[in-house]
Amino acid sequence: MSEMLLQIRNATKVYTQRAFGGGKRQVVALQDFNLDIPHSPATITTIAGESGSGKSTLANLVLGFTRLTSGQIIFNGQDMTTATSAQQREYRRDVQAVFQDPFGVYNPFYRVGHVFDMVLKNFKLAPNAAKARDMIEEALNIVGLHGEDVLRKYPHQLSGGQRQRIMMARAYMLHPKLIVADEPVSMVDASLRAAILDVMMRLRDNGISFLYITHDLSTAYQIGDRIFILYQGAIAETGSTLDVIDRPHHPYVQLLVKSVPVPDPNIKWEGTIELPAEEEMRTSQKSGCRFYPRCPERMDRCLTSAPALYPVGYSEGHVASCFLYDKKVKASSIQ
Amino acid sequence: MSTTDKAKNTVLEVEDLRVYYETPKGDVRAVDGIDFTLYEGEILGLVGESGCGKSTAAMGILQLIVPPGRIVSGEIRLDGVNILDLDEEGLRKLRWSKLALIPQGAMNSLNPTMRISQQIEDVIRQHEDRQKRKSKQAVKKRILELLQWVGLPERIYDMYPHELSGGMKQRACIAMAIALDPSVIIADESTSALDVVVQRVVAQTMLKVKQATGVSMIMIGHDMGLMAQMVDRIVVMYAGNIVEISTVEHMFRNPGHPYAQLLIESVPSLKERKPLKITEGITHDPRNPPPGCIFQLRCPFVMERCRTHKPVRQEIRPGQEVACHLYEKQEDGRYIDVRDVATNS
Repeated sequence: MSEMLLQIRNATKVYTQRAFGGGKRQVVALQDFNLDIPHSPATITTIAGESGSGKSTLANLVLGFTRLTSGQIIFNGQDMTTATSAQQREYRRDVQAVFQDPFGVYNPFYRVGHVFDMVLKNFKLAPNAAKARDMIEEALNIVGLHGEDVLRKYPHQLSGGQRQRIMMARAYMLHPKLIVADEPVSMVDASLRAAILDVMMRLRDNGISFLYITHDLSTAYQIGDRIFILYQGAIAETGSTLDVIDRPHHPYVQLLVKSVPVPDPNIKWEGTIELPAEEEMRTSQKSGCRFYPRCPERMDRCLTSAPALYPVGYSEGHVASCFLYDKKVKASSIQ
Repeated sequence: MSTTDKAKNTVLEVEDLRVYYETPKGDVRAVDGIDFTLYEGEILGLVGESGCGKSTAAMGILQLIVPPGRIVSGEIRLDGVNILDLDEEGLRKLRWSKLALIPQGAMNSLNPTMRISQQIEDVIRQHEDRQKRKSKQAVKKRILELLQWVGLPERIYDMYPHELSGGMKQRACIAMAIALDPSVIIADESTSALDVVVQRVVAQTMLKVKQATGVSMIMIGHDMGLMAQMVDRIVVMYAGNIVEISTVEHMFRNPGHPYAQLLIESVPSLKERKPLKITEGITHDPRNPPPGCIFQLRCPFVMERCRTHKPVRQEIRPGQEVACHLYEKQEDGRYIDVRDVATNS
């Protein structure tokens, strides 16, 4: 048994688009992505980035919805691309998902209890009805709900926050090792988000790790352990959440953190920013650093070669993909 | 009406607006008697959780309520004219020219088969006086001017919506909204689908447009951070009712209504980790709101009176109107918080 729960090795996903007139265009959604999630302690790992950064592609790869172009996803020491169907079935149980839309995942014709009945049946979790009821009640209690309040209701009778917590309870009932949560709070009201984030922290304390996919840095800041910030398919910066957000080093991450609107009318955005029109069109950089067109610190070498992940800051594991932090270059530019 | 407000010019006045949706089990009171005023050149934020009626209120003002929804009562005065009295032709003339909308997910509201320039030209031509048709060049000049306003390059003129990014489409919609120099623009969650960096660019475009044209805006949303950056006053809605109207400073420093306090406390911070503030959603049946205060079922300070008497909105200090029994008027005209009295005595 491996020490690592989940290892992602050089994961690359390339989508091929057929252009008008028969030509083909390749879009690199994720490039050489690496990630380790240990067995214990359980952690919340955040994958953050704007739309098109590859964060949802990563979620889909881990959940097995799309196939890797190259690279490996290793779960419990087993490479999932070569797993047997029995291993895959086990994986489907150990890795659960919570999706963005708490409205779309329910069948509106069935009562809420149906969601649990299906899981119990598919995975043959309970030997009898009494045990099943207990399991459902336990799962609901951990997300702060009670069976008698929700199970007989129809999905439309619950708030978005309650529905999302029920999805967490459903996932919890399988006692998975990992939950992939793809934007679980972005469609829920700000005032109700806290309850869901709280459930995530509680499940983590119960030994379930999370891969938390989000574009919202502030919720990640409140609950996340490690964070990966992606820019156009590649890691821009990663480290402990507090290190990265308190002291961002990559020019893109600095811009990102600075652009989050501060909930204080006396602290306004500083200055205005202009986006180069070409950049907005997402004609992504073919070689070199992908942030080059927007980067205020760009250098000539950024155009020709892609920067590796260089250590920044003082904490271990805080790295940024930017030549500004390449010690050798710094030394040579001083000479 | 406060003393500071009197100096400002009123652009839009909403009085006792009620919008109900018919269901087999009775009417859902989506908007249940709201009053507010929009002043010239201000941005008014409209916030509240989903289902609180903020988008329905905006659709009511724009007269875009479709069955099973209906406007039950109310008056909406735009530059002194009650627009609920207007017929379809009157409304057609009003839309875009006086009252413009930047819709929710504006990027999907553009026609995919028409060039950006054609779509903006349509808006301009629709409201043109037949006798005084503008020349092709004059319209083109105006469109290029509008694109420049919102920070889009000239080559957008001949492009189709699919060739633009989300932020660019959003700004094209803003250009369309300001094309006829309206008095009021309603922006419904118009930046919530964008990334923070692009959101900031669009938000700053809107601020620039407001400063230059003096247009008044109603901004609907739930991102309190964005509200703090953009608006002058905030209207807080809860289950079809307005519970507080405050200047942005009051709202973030000392919100008055317990629900507004909850809303402010649950804003996530990027500065410090703090314990999460957990709340439930709207819990009562929207067809059958409880008598008395609308927030009583979730209010941590609920009193006997809240169960029976609906609180009226009163101005507890200049620039802050709150509908809550916690605030009591004294003989000298000042308001006190009844909780302070209870602890002092």
